[in-house]
Amino acid sequence: MENLLSNVDWLEIGWASWDTLVMVGLSLLFSVLIGLPLGVLLFLTGKRQLLEQPMAYAVLSFVVNVLRSVPFIILLIVMIPVTVMIIGTSLGVAGAIPPLVAGGAPFFARLVETSLREVDRGIIEATQAMGATVRQIIFGALLPEALPGIIAGITVTAITLVSYAAMSGVVGGGGLGDLAIRFGYQRFQTDVMVITVALLVVFVQLLQMAGDRLVTYFSRR
Amino acid sequence: MIEFDQVQKSYEVGGRAIPALKATSMTVAAGEVFGIVGHSGAGKSTLVRLINLLERPTGGRILIDGENVTDYNAEQLRGFRRKVGMIFQHFNLLSSKTVADNIAFPMKLAGIYSRQQIRDRVDELLARVGLSDHASKYPSQLSGGQKQRVGIARALACRPSILLCDEATSALDPQTTQSVLRLLADINRELGLTIVLITHEMDVVRRVCDRVAVMDAGEVVELGAVSDVFLHPEHPTTRDFVFESENIDRDELQEDLSHAEGRILRLTFRGESTYKPLLGKVARESGVDFSILSGRIDHIKDTPYGQLTLSLVGGDLDIAMAALKAADVHVEVLR
Repeated sequence: MENLLSNVDWLEIGWASWDTLVMVGLSLLFSVLIGLPLGVLLFLTGKRQLLEQPMAYAVLSFVVNVLRSVPFIILLIVMIPVTVMIIGTSLGVAGAIPPLVAGGAPFFARLVETSLREVDRGIIEATQAMGATVRQIIFGALLPEALPGIIAGITVTAITLVSYAAMSGVVGGGGLGDLAIRFGYQRFQTDVMVITVALLVVFVQLLQMAGDRLVTYFSRR
Repeated sequence: MIEFDQVQKSYEVGGRAIPALKATSMTVAAGEVFGIVGHSGAGKSTLVRLINLLERPTGGRILIDGENVTDYNAEQLRGFRRKVGMIFQHFNLLSSKTVADNIAFPMKLAGIYSRQQIRDRVDELLARVGLSDHASKYPSQLSGGQKQRVGIARALACRPSILLCDEATSALDPQTTQSVLRLLADINRELGLTIVLITHEMDVVRRVCDRVAVMDAGEVVELGAVSDVFLHPEHPTTRDFVFESENIDRDELQEDLSHAEGRILRLTFRGESTYKPLLGKVARESGVDFSILSGRIDHIKDTPYGQLTLSLVGGDLDIAMAALKAADVHVEVLR
């Protein structure tokens, strides 16, 4: 046993896990803060929707598609100047957050748009017939009705961000991915690699379980 | 009072205007239950949505109590919509809210009621529709009939003067339909609310409506008191609906009539005359013999009616006809 995990520095692993948690947590927070309004806007400006705006929809949709089609590893590099501008550095945990948000927010926005489209049109019509404003329709009917779908979207986004965060180790992002690359890959310490991957698997499992529970709790169907 | 003044609606499809409602003028009186019957695609759904402007007319004016609502700005329109309740075929309840919260929803949106007022009104409405025990349930835990009752309570929350019913019973089984229609009739009577009801079932019209408009291909083809339209349909579409609702197969009917002897008459009794022992008396006085080919006694809203198809042989037909007419029976000679 001693020999099997001889390269593993548990304190290092602990810090790296903490860094991953912080990266995923903060980038998830900002992805939701940006992606939710963006998704609502995508939905509202879409075809035959409350605020149909073909031009606005086309522009928003294009930006989201571009961000989503760039492979994350490329986005990490392309975002470096922007990150330096916002954070002051492109390294470490803080430096990883802007590219993570750039990848996570548009992804989440699409998921929000989809779950809003799932809401029965009849409910929007009924709310309109009650004399609701667009704002009241969004906050009183659309978002509460789409809540289970939005929570499922947050879960999927969080899991995507876990794997993105691991990737950010390549450009010096910190966290478990960084550890796996520096020790597991570059120094051929297979045991470190195995432990980090195992921790990531556990992390993803926990996220999915928590997400599923919340979805069940908020589904009244 | 709801007045349609040359109201029309067309949809733009691929650069061409497809008419959904051809220029229509008609009036729905305050406090009446007005039915609109038609096959799907006849334009009845458009017509009812024009009343609360969920659909904007492409021509004409809609006057509610003399005010042209088509001129309203966004704020006026929202205020107006609060005074028009609406219920739907698929109920359209919010699945994320409890029964009580669904009923409270329009009051909260209005933003002019206190918490206490909302709570009291919700309790009152729950009791009115018989769902007091279900206040904290979610819609998914209710049956179709119960969901529609919640829909009705929600539509009444802000004390509207008009209630629009969009195929409100089409998703319900016959028994539940019966009880929901009774509830609508009671509400109409108690609150003096104007109800506009669209349906594809003539039976629904017969049970609750005072007047009916029959629609076909974007046009109102027949309009009148339910008893007139139902007992003496003029337009082919109306006849289809009436026959359908009475489960009469027209070919079969013709076949039956062709076997009968003598003259064939259709008698329509309405109101009190329905219960009078008339036929025997007429037969004795005129000496005609009759056999009943088909018949039906039922109600149109609260008025009883009977309709009999007879074949008459021998005796003095003229005396028989005169006697029937004198007794306020509508006589139609079929052959």
